[in-house]
Amino acid sequence: MAVIGVSTSQDSHPANVIYNKNHLRYPVQTFAVNPRGGRLNREPLYRSVADIEIGVDLAVIAVRSRFVPDVMAQCIEKKIKGAVIISGGFAESGNQDLQKQVAEMAAQADFPFVGPNCLGIYSPEAVDTFFLPGERIIHPRKGNVGFVSQSGGVLVDQMVKFAGEGIGVSAAVSIGNKACIRETHMIDWFEQDPGTRVIAFYIEGFECREGREFIKQAQACTKPVVVLKAGKTARGIAAASSHTASVAGDYRVFSEIMKQHCVAEADTEYELTAFCEALSCYPRGSFGNVGIVSLSGGHGVVAADACGNHGLNIPKIAEVTAETIRSRLSPEIQAIASLENPLDLTGSCVDADILTAVRHLSRDQNFDCILALLLPYSPGISADIGAKLSQVARNEGKPLIAYVPKEDKYKIIIEGFALNNIPVASSVEGAVLMAKALKRCRPC
Amino acid sequence: MLTQRIKQIIESARPQGWVLEPMAKEILADSGLTIPKGLLTGSFETARQFLEEVDGKVVIKAVSASIIHKTEHQAVVTGIDDPDTLSLQMKRLLSLKGCNQVLVEEMVSGIEILVGAKNDLQFGPVIVLGLGGTSVEIYNDTAIRLAPVTPADVFSMVDSLGAKPVFQGFRGRPGVNMEEMTRFLVAFSHLIMNLEPFFESIDLNPVICTPKSCIAVDARIMLLPV
Repeated sequence: MAVIGVSTSQDSHPANVIYNKNHLRYPVQTFAVNPRGGRLNREPLYRSVADIEIGVDLAVIAVRSRFVPDVMAQCIEKKIKGAVIISGGFAESGNQDLQKQVAEMAAQADFPFVGPNCLGIYSPEAVDTFFLPGERIIHPRKGNVGFVSQSGGVLVDQMVKFAGEGIGVSAAVSIGNKACIRETHMIDWFEQDPGTRVIAFYIEGFECREGREFIKQAQACTKPVVVLKAGKTARGIAAASSHTASVAGDYRVFSEIMKQHCVAEADTEYELTAFCEALSCYPRGSFGNVGIVSLSGGHGVVAADACGNHGLNIPKIAEVTAETIRSRLSPEIQAIASLENPLDLTGSCVDADILTAVRHLSRDQNFDCILALLLPYSPGISADIGAKLSQVARNEGKPLIAYVPKEDKYKIIIEGFALNNIPVASSVEGAVLMAKALKRCRPC
Repeated sequence: MLTQRIKQIIESARPQGWVLEPMAKEILADSGLTIPKGLLTGSFETARQFLEEVDGKVVIKAVSASIIHKTEHQAVVTGIDDPDTLSLQMKRLLSLKGCNQVLVEEMVSGIEILVGAKNDLQFGPVIVLGLGGTSVEIYNDTAIRLAPVTPADVFSMVDSLGAKPVFQGFRGRPGVNMEEMTRFLVAFSHLIMNLEPFFESIDLNPVICTPKSCIAVDARIMLLPV
């Protein structure tokens, strides 16, 4: 990797940050480029990419915008395979012509680039072109969520949220002004990437007819696609000349079309996080008929209310299911457990009761998703409940979502689920949002 | 593909920026959508004959390039069943600005729905469905889909509306004929794909759904600025 624009005097220059972290911490041979030449921390500074002795895969361009065309010409000449243009000062600040010039040059030479005006690419354990010092950002572990963002700031913030929920990313790409690589290319790329199971986007807007292209690709894509849209407030439709134009504002059109084509639109950044986690475990979606198993009546009601708020159904349990469950419960709770949906197994239940309830709810046609609200404070619940319940869910083949309070002492339960690829939420609401994700990307 | 006639209508409507109702209906009929029986005339005698033939009530509407929103000009008169009222109202409409002819149509009744289209900048043609009338803007109970739509899309559109019970038949009243409405929306969605280079938005408000068919009783096509 060549980092172009490394400063000899300014250690915090974006190019220096990128050069240093990749050079020191990533398995990528990194070359610093500055026309003045010389040395930087005992390493040579190359005057031009042409002087680098070996072939280069990726150029990170962090020079002033007016020098970008020349630098790009040198990269093309050197037969570098692609670039990330970090530099700002293009379309976002009124220099459309300069951006167009660079884009045309790249198109002619078949030279793909990300940006300009972006953070570029973070691929865990491989490469990181974010110009943020490594010690300042929180890196999610390597995982299976591919994330693409028009905004670098939102991308970094979302990475913090992913890391907080234990969600890993396969790659995170900030596409900035998207003069060359756009959302539509990234869907294709992540579709091909075997390490990615969910593709998530933060989208501010599409260009003319680009939304249609995006939908076409999302529909053809075999992996779930999640979007978070910014810029939802209605503008300029008050004076619309027809009823239709007045009711079909930009955002409503966006949102309805995403629903039509089973792209899971997250309403907030928290939903985006929950959606990514749920869909990385269950890529197929559901119709939103939720069965709730709880050890506390209160938690069941809170979950049922949240389901109602998010458009999920709480169907009745089939009589035969309820009878089967009751006959197999431990004698202590047989008379007191409430077998309506939500099920309340009470604080006196033991592991086996929870397994029984989840097993038989999973076999009930009325449900296509099960929420298990586990309160590890109950004395009858063992540390193995996560692993045991995961086994039941895997055998029954119906999506199971667990809620376990996120505390260090319950970590063994959480890991029991996580290692078996069962999503765990750290709040009841979070578990409901995961169920919503499955409904939002249901096959229709 | 658009017929020569449709292209001709659009070209001639360019200067005013929208297609007048009779011409807009011609485009619909040409695409297989049902419109009411009717005629365009400036003559009372022709209108009277039509009233006689229809053997029921008629509607008359002013046709004028100066009147986009007809309700705002009281340019529509419904429920006419005698020649005297017809004569009186026709005279009034013909005195409105730019009105040389009126559209006389047989009156149909049923459930009023809105079928619309918007040429969205990001997505291209989209189709809109809701209950008809002017209140649609207030309640905004509409479903929007990318055109062209499939029959499954039409069912999911109805399913997503608060007014779904009205479509299905409510308190003993008949609902819409889903098969006919589906046929209507699918055909309309293909029409708007063909019209993509020309139109900005289309209102068919209302389309009247009887238990047997769906009839576009009003139509306005706003064109993209050249």
